[in-house]
Amino acid sequence: MKLREIAHSRTGDKGNISNVSLIAFKEEDYRLIEEKVTAELVKEWFKDIVDGEVVRYQLPKLGALNFVMDKALGGGVTRSLALDKHGKSLSAALLEMEI
Amino acid sequence: MKTIRIGSGAGYAGDRLEPALELMEKGNLDYIIFECLAERTIAIAQEQKLKNPEKGYNGLLEYRMDKVLPLCVEKGVKVITNMGAANPVAAAKVIKKMALDKGLKGLKIAAVEGDDILHQIDRYMENDILELEGKKLKDLKEQIASANAYIGTEGVIEALKQGADIIVTGRIADPALVLAPVMYEYGWRHEDCEKVGTGIMIGHLLECGGQITGGYFADPGYKDVADLARLGFPIAEIKENGEVIITKVEGSGGRVTTATCKEQLLYEIHDPSTYLTPDGIADYTNVTMEQVGADRVLIKGATGRKMPETLKVSIGYKDCFIGEGEMSYGGIGAYERAKLAGEIVKERLELTGVNYDELRIDYIGVNSLYRDKISDAMLQDKSVLGEVRLRVAARTKSRNDAVKIGNEVETLYTNGPAGGGGATQSVKEIVSIASIFIPRDDIKQIVSYEEV
Repeated sequence: MKLREIAHSRTGDKGNISNVSLIAFKEEDYRLIEEKVTAELVKEWFKDIVDGEVVRYQLPKLGALNFVMDKALGGGVTRSLALDKHGKSLSAALLEMEI
Repeated sequence: MKTIRIGSGAGYAGDRLEPALELMEKGNLDYIIFECLAERTIAIAQEQKLKNPEKGYNGLLEYRMDKVLPLCVEKGVKVITNMGAANPVAAAKVIKKMALDKGLKGLKIAAVEGDDILHQIDRYMENDILELEGKKLKDLKEQIASANAYIGTEGVIEALKQGADIIVTGRIADPALVLAPVMYEYGWRHEDCEKVGTGIMIGHLLECGGQITGGYFADPGYKDVADLARLGFPIAEIKENGEVIITKVEGSGGRVTTATCKEQLLYEIHDPSTYLTPDGIADYTNVTMEQVGADRVLIKGATGRKMPETLKVSIGYKDCFIGEGEMSYGGIGAYERAKLAGEIVKERLELTGVNYDELRIDYIGVNSLYRDKISDAMLQDKSVLGEVRLRVAARTKSRNDAVKIGNEVETLYTNGPAGGGGATQSVKEIVSIASIFIPRDDIKQIVSYEEV
C-alpha cells in the first residue's frame, strides 16, 4: 500500500531545511504510520535529494508525523538550481512510499 | 464571552486581492492582516530604497490600498500589514496621500520601524551564520545588502493603544501580525506564556492566507476542494480563553476541515514543541482539532514558553548568479536526443572555460509540443516519452559565465541533435539569506503616525 491511501502531506521550507508532514486521514491509522514510517526509511527514500539528517517528530493528538530534513533544498531556497526551489513537491513523493 | 474576529487578507506578496475584500465586506471582521514579506523580498526592497528614499515598500501597496482603504473606513476593520518592507514610513505616507485623494477622513496610520539594523551591522561581524557551517558574518561583509531583525508585537500593540487604524511594519515575525491585536484586545502580557503561545499558533495558522481554507490542499480523488478559483480566505474567531475557531465567509470557495488545519499547523515548522518567535516559544504538542460545524474547526491546546533572549536577523547578501537554458525534443528518441544535448552543453562549457560552482541537468515534459492527439497516443505507449525538455542550470560567480549557460543551450539549434525547439534562457542575480542572532535589547521599535 502506498502512503497516499491513508495519509496526506504538505511540505514547508526554511533555508536549506525541508519539513514534510504526514497526517493520517483516519485517527486509527496513525499507529500504523508511526510504526512503519521511520526517520531512517524517509532518509533512505529521499537519499538522492536530501544530504543531511532526517528527524521525526510525533503529534499523536493530531495523528501526524513531521519529518525535518536537513540539507534538502539544493543549498537553500534562494540558490538552489532546482525548478522547485522550495521543495514543495516533496510531499507528493513521500506519499508514493510503500508500506 | 467576547470574541474577536481576525481575517487574513494575503499569504504572500503577490496574493489574490478579491478574497481579502470579500473578508472585509462580509466577514464581520475586527482586524485584517496582510502578510506580504518573504525573507528575500526585503533585501530587494532595501536596494529600491537606496535608489529612491521614497520607495522600498511592497510594490502592490497602492493596488491593495486602493480597494482596502474605503472598506477600512466603511466597515471599521483595522489593517495590520508588513507591506512596509524596507520603508514602512514611506508606505504610511503613501497610504495617507491615497486616503486624502479618496476624501477619506478619520484614519490614523502607524509605521513601525526598528527592524532595520544595517547601520549597526559592524557590531555583529563575529556572529556565527546559522545556515553556513563554520562561517561568520565577516565572511560575507562585502556582499551584505540588508539586515533586518524579526521583531515582535511591541510596536504594533503600542500603535493600537494610540488608536491606529492601519499599521504598517517591516520585518516583523509573521505570527506577530495576529498576536499583537489579540494581546492588545485581551490585555495579555508576554509573561502569560501559554496565552502568547496560543496567539502565536493562531498567527501561524493565518499567515499563509488560503493555505488553511483549502488552498494548496486539493488532490483530485483523494482530497477534493470545491471552487478554488473563488477560494475564501480564513477568519479566526478568538475567545479570551484562547479557544479559536477557524472559518471563512459563507458561500466562498474552499473548505475548512481538521485536515486543512493540520496541514497548515505543521507547515514550515520543525520541532512542534519549540516554535520560536520574538514574542515567545509556542508548543503545539498538545494541540487538538475538532470539526464543530461546516467550515468551522475548533483548535485548542497550544502552550508556550517565555520569549527568547535573542532575536533572529535576516541578512540579505549578494550571493551568486544562476544561468539557465532550456530546449525541447519530441517523438521517438526524444529522451536520447535530450540527453545527448545535455552532454554536448556540458562539454561545451568545459571547452570554452565557463566557470560554475554547480551544474544541474533536468529532463521535463508532457504535451507542450504536439498538443493532445499525438501526445496522448505517445502517452498510451509506455515505451515512448512523447517529449522531453532539456533544462540546464548552473550557479556561477560572474554574470558573464551565467549568460553562457543559456547561450550554449541555444546553440543546440544549429549545432546539436535533430529537432530541438523552443529554446529559452535566463540569468538571475541571486540575493540569498543568512541568519544571525543578536541580543533582543539591541533593537528598539519606533512608531510614527500619519493622520487624515
